[in-house]
Amino acid sequence: MKLEVTFATLIAMGMAGAASAQTELSLWYHGAGSANAEEALVNELVEEFNASQSDWKVVIETFPQLAYNDAVGAAALAGELPDILDVDGPVMPNWAWAEYMQALGIDEAKLDGYLPGPVGRWNGEVYSVGLWDAAVALTTRRSTLEKYGIRVPSLDEPWSLDEFNAALASIAASGDFDYPLDLGMAWKGEWYPYAFSPFLQSFGGDIVDRSTYQTAEDALNGDAAIAFGEWWQGLFENGYVPGTSQDAADRETGLLNGKYAMSWNGNWAALPVVEAFGDDALFLPAPDFGNGPTIGAASWQFGISATSEHPEGALAFIEFALQDRWFAAFSDGTGLIPTTASAAGDTANYAPGGPLEVFYDLSKAQALVRPVTPGYIVQAKVFEKALSDIANGADVADTLDAAVDEIDEDIESNGGYGH
Amino acid sequence: MASKLTRSNRAGWLMALPGAGLIAAFIIVPFFLAFAFSLTNQRLASPNPTEYVGFENYRDLLGLSIFTLEPERDDTGAVLRDEAGEIKYPRLRTFTRRNPDYPHLEGKREWFSWQSGENRTVVLASDVVFMKALVNTFTFVLVVAPVQAGLALGLALLINQQLRGISFFRAVYFMPVVVSIVVVSLLWRFIYAPGDGLLNNVLSGLTFGAFSPHDWLGDPSTALGSIMAMSIWQGVGFHMVIWLAGLQTISPTLYEAAEIEGASKVQTFRYVTWPGLRNTAVLILIVITMQAFALYAQINVMTKGGPLDSTQVLVFQAVERGYGKQDISGGSTISVLLFLIVLCISLIQRWLTRERN
Repeated sequence: MKLEVTFATLIAMGMAGAASAQTELSLWYHGAGSANAEEALVNELVEEFNASQSDWKVVIETFPQLAYNDAVGAAALAGELPDILDVDGPVMPNWAWAEYMQALGIDEAKLDGYLPGPVGRWNGEVYSVGLWDAAVALTTRRSTLEKYGIRVPSLDEPWSLDEFNAALASIAASGDFDYPLDLGMAWKGEWYPYAFSPFLQSFGGDIVDRSTYQTAEDALNGDAAIAFGEWWQGLFENGYVPGTSQDAADRETGLLNGKYAMSWNGNWAALPVVEAFGDDALFLPAPDFGNGPTIGAASWQFGISATSEHPEGALAFIEFALQDRWFAAFSDGTGLIPTTASAAGDTANYAPGGPLEVFYDLSKAQALVRPVTPGYIVQAKVFEKALSDIANGADVADTLDAAVDEIDEDIESNGGYGH
Repeated sequence: MASKLTRSNRAGWLMALPGAGLIAAFIIVPFFLAFAFSLTNQRLASPNPTEYVGFENYRDLLGLSIFTLEPERDDTGAVLRDEAGEIKYPRLRTFTRRNPDYPHLEGKREWFSWQSGENRTVVLASDVVFMKALVNTFTFVLVVAPVQAGLALGLALLINQQLRGISFFRAVYFMPVVVSIVVVSLLWRFIYAPGDGLLNNVLSGLTFGAFSPHDWLGDPSTALGSIMAMSIWQGVGFHMVIWLAGLQTISPTLYEAAEIEGASKVQTFRYVTWPGLRNTAVLILIVITMQAFALYAQINVMTKGGPLDSTQVLVFQAVERGYGKQDISGGSTISVLLFLIVLCISLIQRWLTRERN
């Protein structure tokens, strides 16, 4: 008897609570245990949103980044997805196609003046928007370039292939460094397609034919791709860059310690370089290998899960987050590039004259998103393996052929991925 | 027998239920699921319906062809050679890619080849990575099983003595087993680091600088060997303890008798210790073989299958395909093949080590 009373009370309390309070929305976030202020900022964002209106109450749950995508996949299979998802830009088309996510339904006029990277589109609709972007630059020192008589390139006049090769050769010939260039081969996984597929695109190839997204033939094994592959292999054969077994610690500190003359690295690693070298630090644009200079784009973004019962609430939260003051706050806290130019003006690092201002321009001028297709997840893995194998001396044409075959088979067995 | 199992045995069945239930839920059911998935095109995440594809996944993994490449000839029929004097052959990709005359070679890649006269005979595989994984896995098992079992026996004999402080050595030898394999792999990555890694430093110190640093995990010829050495070091302590348990079941009276008979140390081992360890040896051999086939964590942490597929192994490929590339059917197919291989080997081992009366 007593038990029944307790249950009745509980139910009554629960109903009363639901009637008076805000509707709960769940949010999953990848940044648990992040080294910088990211996790604290997301919590602050959620708290301010909850306090700013009376309809919705966002409840955040954070995951370690390495386990995040697996958790979302498992939750989707179990039908337990949260209302609001945090998604890595290139993965978004896969989740949209697999029906984990729904289109935001946001008014696109609100996205005017955004960098191209933070806006995630799939099938003509916006599925995700990010508060920041990331960019990659050739990090080096002005004094190093001057010592070897190398021209300092600019966004308008980046290095050509020949200039870049000549620069590597002259630094290597001096013997002053272990390696002239550090590409970050120690960072396995998404770094390879993010950082290196722009080289391939600048040569005129691509991971997949973006006109149809139905084949990689010619894009990944055509003449341009083979030229890229031969050049890529040459970097390792000539001893210009450390290979796939590079020590991860050297990747972090090699440039600062003088082991490497240049480092192909992201803006998230730029502040220590500025601290160490001051005005001598240089962040150079990607070379133009013949088809225009490019760097990768798109980072983590917010989207709405397909199973959300309150997409309008989720959208309200995302629109609340899309304010210059949040872009600026995240940029100051994490060192990432704010999504709009107006927010960049308010940040410590990206304001005119700020130490990382150049990255905003790089992102604006050179950024190209990775192939926008649900098959990207597989294509990224295939591309990573092909580049590792070529770096380790595999035959270029055969390796690229094999990569094309694997990508094409995957596209075919997925019925063309809905393009 | 059957009646004894079913009749008035409710308590026994009840007691077996938790264990049997867990085994059924996490091993038996997933195995049958894997077999079912391997006959379909099941994906990890996809809006497309799953379709039955028969044995296509098995054909894609196991397909092999032999092809003879004839040398390029000039107009007179003489064999063309490059500057180094090597015979020139047409590129394989001209036969294996969209060549209507050779439909059976479509999409296949060179696995290995040999020279026969002027011709070059090439063995092509539908899935070269899988074939390399298969060979590497077998190499790993064939080296690790006997070496690890032998070393463990040696250590067990060493520490099976009543000496002061012997438990210190027992603890030291057993220590790597207690540490997580992922942590051990990370540590050994530092040991094997190229250039000024620990191993390179030690070797050049011991040889007074004559040894030039080697890229242990970055060189295809040493990568798998490096992982074998590290795996043996990590696992040897566990099997040492099993050997030790076996050694301690041998009655001391047998050793006393052997001593009285004047048997030498070698004779004692050959005629007393070894026969007494028979059942332990069978157990250890089967356990190490199965563990070696399941090699995964070291590969995932240290090399991810590289360089040039020199450390690809079956379980790593199964996970890479099923989870990394969202191809559950492909991963399941590898798992089923691995199960069949381990089953066959265990049966052969059982048969070879059976009691002969």
